[in-house]
Order: sequence, then C-alpha cells, then structure tokens
Amino acid sequence: MRLREITYSEALREALREEMLRDPNVILLGEEIGVFQGVYRVTRGLLEEFGPDRVRDTPISEAAIAGAAIGLAMAGLKPVAEIMYMDFLPICMDQLATQAAKMRFMSGGQLKVPMVLRTQYSLGRQHGSQHSQFTPSWFLQVPGLKVVLPSTPHDAKGLLKSAIRDQNPVLFVECGVLYKSKGPVPGEEYVIPLGQADVKRKGEDVTIVGVSRLVGESLIAAKKLEENGISAEVIDIRTLQPLDLETIVESVKRTSRLIVASDDVKTGGIGSEISAAVLEAAFDYLDAPIIRVACPDTPIPFSPALEQMYMPNADKIVQAVDQIIG
Amino acid sequence: MLQKMLLIRKFEEEVEELFLVKGMLIGPSHLCLGQEAISVGAMMALEPSDLTVTTYRGHGHALAKGAPAKLCMAELFGKSTGNCKGLGGSMHVAIYPKTGSLYATAIVGSGIPIAAGVGLGEKQKKSKNIVATFFGDGAVNTGAFHEGVNLIALWKLPVLLFCENNQYAMSTPFRRAVSSPSIAERARAYGMQTIIVNGNDVVAVFVAAKVAAERARNESEPTFLECITYKMKGHGVYDKGDYRPKEEVAEWLERDPILTFKKRLLENRLITQAEIDEAEGATQREVEEAVAFAMQGSPLSFDEMKTYVYAEGG
Repeated sequence: MRLREITYSEALREALREEMLRDPNVILLGEEIGVFQGVYRVTRGLLEEFGPDRVRDTPISEAAIAGAAIGLAMAGLKPVAEIMYMDFLPICMDQLATQAAKMRFMSGGQLKVPMVLRTQYSLGRQHGSQHSQFTPSWFLQVPGLKVVLPSTPHDAKGLLKSAIRDQNPVLFVECGVLYKSKGPVPGEEYVIPLGQADVKRKGEDVTIVGVSRLVGESLIAAKKLEENGISAEVIDIRTLQPLDLETIVESVKRTSRLIVASDDVKTGGIGSEISAAVLEAAFDYLDAPIIRVACPDTPIPFSPALEQMYMPNADKIVQAVDQIIG
Repeated sequence: MLQKMLLIRKFEEEVEELFLVKGMLIGPSHLCLGQEAISVGAMMALEPSDLTVTTYRGHGHALAKGAPAKLCMAELFGKSTGNCKGLGGSMHVAIYPKTGSLYATAIVGSGIPIAAGVGLGEKQKKSKNIVATFFGDGAVNTGAFHEGVNLIALWKLPVLLFCENNQYAMSTPFRRAVSSPSIAERARAYGMQTIIVNGNDVVAVFVAAKVAAERARNESEPTFLECITYKMKGHGVYDKGDYRPKEEVAEWLERDPILTFKKRLLENRLITQAEIDEAEGATQREVEEAVAFAMQGSPLSFDEMKTYVYAEGG
C-alpha cells in the first residue's frame, strides 16, 4: 500500500474528484465553490477540470441550495452541496430535516434522495458565536438522515466517497481546524463504510469516545494517561447516524469506564445520547459515572483567550479520566 | 377535461363526506374544491413524462396527472394499498412518480427550491422533460419561494410555477398578507415571464399552460402563472370558512369552474346533457369503487414500516 501524507482538505478534494471521475452524475453546488475555489479550498481546481455544469456556484440561498440538491437527487443526479458554515444549516433545516430525510418514508419507498450536504464547523478559529457552532446532535432527532464526522484525512476521504455513493441524504460535517492537518492516506482507491466506529487506540482501563476534532485530543490524552500508568482505549464514532453502539458497548464492557468527548454544548449533546445508550446496554458493567467532556452551556465567545477556555481539549479529558479513576 | 374535473370533484365530495358525515377518515385534509380547473388545465398541457412538485392540497394534482383514484383513496385511509403505502396520507397523496407526480410537500413554500433542482437535473440530463410546481398564495411570503424563484429565473430552468391564488392563506385574505398588487409582479421582478389567468376557466388555464410549457421545453425558459381562483371550502376539511363574507362566497360559487364549463360546452353544442350525465355517472362509480378498494386494504405492518426510513445500497 502506497502511503502519503496529505491534508484533510486535500483528502476531501481527492474524494470529490475521484467520485466525479467515476460517476458523471456527481455534481457539486454551493456558495463560492467554483470560481473562488471554495472558502477552505476543498473544491480547488474542480471547476477548471469539470466545468460549470458540474461545479455550480450558487447565490447565498441556503434553503434553495439544499432544496435544489434534493430536486437534483430526485432527477437522478448525485448532488454534493456545500453549506459554508454549520451555523447556516438552520436556514436550510426544513429542506434537510423535514423534506430530504422524510421523503423515502412518507412516499412509501417510491422516492430516494441520494445527496450529500457538506458543511464544516469552525470552533477554535475565533469565529465567534455565529460561525463556530457544532450541532450534530440536532440531527439525532431526524431519522432518515445520515450524519458523518471525519476526524483524520484518511477517514475524511474514505467516508466522503461512501457518503457520495450512499442512496440516502447524508450530512457530512467537516472540522475547520483540521483542514490543514496532515495524515497518511493510501494512494489506492478505498472507501470506509458509514456506520462503523474505529478503535483508534486499544486500551484496558477506560474508554474515551471522541468525536471529530476531539479524537485527536483524546489520543493526546491517552498518551499522557499512559505516562501515569492508565491504559485508555480511544474510539472514533466516525458517523453519528448510524451510530455504531456495538463497538462502544463492547469496549465499555472491557474497561468499565466511559468518557465522551465532543465539541458541542454539553446539555442534550452527542455525549448525552451516547451515555444514555451505554447505560441501557451495559449498566451492570460500569464501575464509575460516565463523564461528558464538552462545551459549557453558553454561546461561543470570540475572545481568543475565552474561546481556549471554552473548548474541550486533551487536558480536560485527562482530568475527566482522573476523576473516575481514583 | 370535464371528465377529469368531475372525477376530482366527486372524489373530494366523497372525501368530505367520509370525514364529516361518515367519520371514516381522520387527520388533516385540504380540499381543492373550486380549483379543479387549474389541476386539469395544467396537467393536460403537460406530457406524461413531465414532472410535478406540489403541495398538501394535492388530491386534484395527483388525479389530474393520472394517479389512480383507488390508490389515492387507499392512501387517505392509511392503507398499505395506497400509493404511499399509507405512510404519507392526504397531504402527500400527490407523490406517485409512475405518472410524474414526483413530490408533494406539507410545508408551505418548500416545494419551489425542490422544483428548481428537478428542473436543473432534467436540463442537465437534456431530457426535454419539464417541471410544473403548484403552490398557494400563502407560499409567496416564504423565504423558500423567493430563493427558489430566483434560482429558476437565474439558471433559466424548464419550470412552470402555478400559483393557485385562492384568495386565502388559511383564514388570512390575500390583501392582508401580500404587499404587492399581484403575485405575478413579484415573479416579474426576478426577470421571469408571467401570465395572470382565470383559474376557474379550464380552457384558459390549458392555453396559458401550453404556451408556457412549449417555452420551457424548447427554450428552457420558466413561466410564472398566477391562477386566480377561490377555495369553495375552508382551509382544511374541518374548516367551515365562515370568516369569509357570504356575498363573496356566493359570488364565487357562481363562478364554479365545473358549472361554468358545462354551461359553455352545452351552449356551444360541444356536448349533450346525456353525455354529461354519463360522465357524472362514470366518475361517481370510479369514486365508489375507490372507496370499496380502500376499505378492503389493511395498514402496513409496523415492521415493514421501519424498512422505509433508509434506502438500501451505497
């Protein structure tokens, strides 16, 4: 296997390009993705290579971008739409949650909507309250939608290729601070199935479930814990819908301790759902309370100093583990 | 034309009775009584392979585009024999892709961006199919309407926009909700061709739709058709619509699209009373058979229901 180091954003671009070459029905649409080549350069060079019909710049009309993607999917194409910031998703929430996600069901299986909505969250980039939010847990209430949260360049590429080939609407949430992060990515074709968590590190004393950016922080935390003689297992959920609960529960049954680390607000967040699901499935195996490492219940501050305090990180994960392993 | 209009009329009169008198149907249902000319005139101007994106007031759209009455009725009864297997209900009965009824939304205004996407898809596939989207006067105050209309005009998509201006958005009169003198004016501001048509005149709707359909098919130019009409009943089947002035209701009842069309056909000797009676009888029988079919069916199993959340395959 040929391994190269490329960035998260390059990995995403490779996935888009390969799928566009593989399937002429794959088309991209969104704000600033063509002539401007994408605000985060994920779509760089694609307009030149594939032309304006397949890399379509849109006006600032999030509801219409999502709605048009639905229509394109119903017409038999494979749209990959981009919503520039996750904070703009509420503008197209009706199309995503109430239209796309329910079409197959309420048509009794007559319709399918194979579309991808790519977006990113920018917590940690001093983007303030309205350009930093991480809200995947909202979509836990939306059966019919798949939600993907890649944490490495390798996963970003393999998961995006699967998302594009999927027959359902997929919300693909990228992490803004990771765009420039590098990691090994095979040169050969590969895909990563949706719905499979990944054990990023084996361990015995505690299970740390990480989401998106916090997978990397969880791995740093695991190294620090190792110095103190604590062996932590790190699991990356990779997709929130479907959620691979089995891998998490299997791990918790061995370690008897669980930390969930995610960049969303703690109340009603991803950690809450995973905690509840693990309690239902493995209550008897737990030796300690489950701890959620997440953001406090306030909007996101702009002040760089305050934002650093606001964000979860490896140290906070270590503290949480120390709390439950006395 | 008359036969289709009669089918919709009899279907909906039966639905109203099933709700209000017989108590056999429950849930929200939005009748298009008085608006049949728009569904029928528009659909007759389309080809069978053309596609529609409509709304929760969609019984007429589904039937006019060719969905079998018995499947629609079974859907209203929530039976597995319905076109959406009883999972959609009245508000989504106009989802029957086999006859081009692609989608029906229950959220006001939301169909317009979707129609834009379907239009773009058909244009990129060079299929020659066009898209007709239907919505009420209430939809024109939503953001989705404006975002969608802009895209359709900007990208010159083969889409016909039928605004069924039935004068009331729920109980709110058009004048109390829309700032511009006409809705067509709003579409014109987006650089779109517009036609204001008497929505109670099936021939007028057909002619306007035909012109628009040819323009969409041959030149990929959209047209906005504001069809002026009136809800003979209230917003939903349980709404008596008694917030409307009696004189206004009476005046519009005289403009009933079926009564006036029959009269016109008879006056011009294009049809005989016997032929009308025959059409009435045939459509009445079709509706009765649809009810019998619907009653025979059973609901989907709960386990099968769960299989329709996600599509298989990747």
